[in-house]
Amino acid sequence: MSPRNLARAGIAALVALGLTGCAAKPYDYTNFRAYPPRSILVLPPLNESTAVEATWGYLSTVTRPLAERGYYVFPVAVVDQFLKDNGLPTAGEMHQVPLEKAREILGADAVLFITVEQYGSKYQVLNSSTIVAARAKLVDTRSGTLLWEGRRVWQQNSSAGQSSLIGMLVAAAVTQIISTSTDAARGVSRTTNVMLFHTREEGLLPGPYHPEYLKGQ
Amino acid sequence: MSRVLWLASLVALLTGCAAPTLYSWGQYEDLVYVTYAAPGKAPAEMQIEKLEQDYQQARAANKRVPPGWHAYLGYLYVQVGKVDEARRELETEKAEFPESSVFVDRLLANLKKL
Repeated sequence: MSPRNLARAGIAALVALGLTGCAAKPYDYTNFRAYPPRSILVLPPLNESTAVEATWGYLSTVTRPLAERGYYVFPVAVVDQFLKDNGLPTAGEMHQVPLEKAREILGADAVLFITVEQYGSKYQVLNSSTIVAARAKLVDTRSGTLLWEGRRVWQQNSSAGQSSLIGMLVAAAVTQIISTSTDAARGVSRTTNVMLFHTREEGLLPGPYHPEYLKGQ
Repeated sequence: MSRVLWLASLVALLTGCAAPTLYSWGQYEDLVYVTYAAPGKAPAEMQIEKLEQDYQQARAANKRVPPGWHAYLGYLYVQVGKVDEARRELETEKAEFPESSVFVDRLLANLKKL
């Protein structure tokens, strides 16, 4: 293979690698572009899993990927306490808050409603697998319009490797995080959220603090 | 030449994955987690100390702390009765991120009632 062909093959491989992550049809961002939010209020997630710790294990991994995507993210613990002080003791009740209240009282442009479907580890003979599944909806507080929704499932096996390059890189980062935390599912939540919010053509468009804000839209 | 191109695209792909973060995160999210997962293990004093250390590191690296960070620190200062420090942090949150002003003004108003 000549150097030129080698280069072509290499670039083709890279393009293929870049594309396989987003083979599904791109998300329709019409509403997102019509009401581009600057700030996102993340409510404590509804928990459909059997793990009590899922609520905070998951919620404490949401701010980073959203903020790194370029949005102002309200401090989740302060918001939780504020809502509790104002007569909303549970996530279920918080999710019923009228959108205009979220706008008027907190000044949020959009609210992120998350439901954790699965959260936890299964231990088998030779390895363990940790799985986190979640779905999320981002709703504009002014119009009530659904701006974006997505769902992700991420599983990590303790002994097996990941199949893709991105998977390997993310897994390496996750392993590092888990080493400082005993909660493996929380580490997997981080990956789930990066996939959920950052995947090109499926996740959130870049927000105002992101260098790519409004580029190519 | 093509080999250089190939290498350059590989480097671009890899660095894209490890792009520098917008913010210095420190222990913010871990502390939030511990607060709820093991309430007794994360008293406000300890969290304040850790967050102030993180802040020094962020400053040293010339990076911003993330959205919500100053408001959270302010909220911790309220818990230990340090109202002046709490007000300072809340005002900083508002100055750094004007998107927070409606919420922060509400928290500042509550602070006056203390």
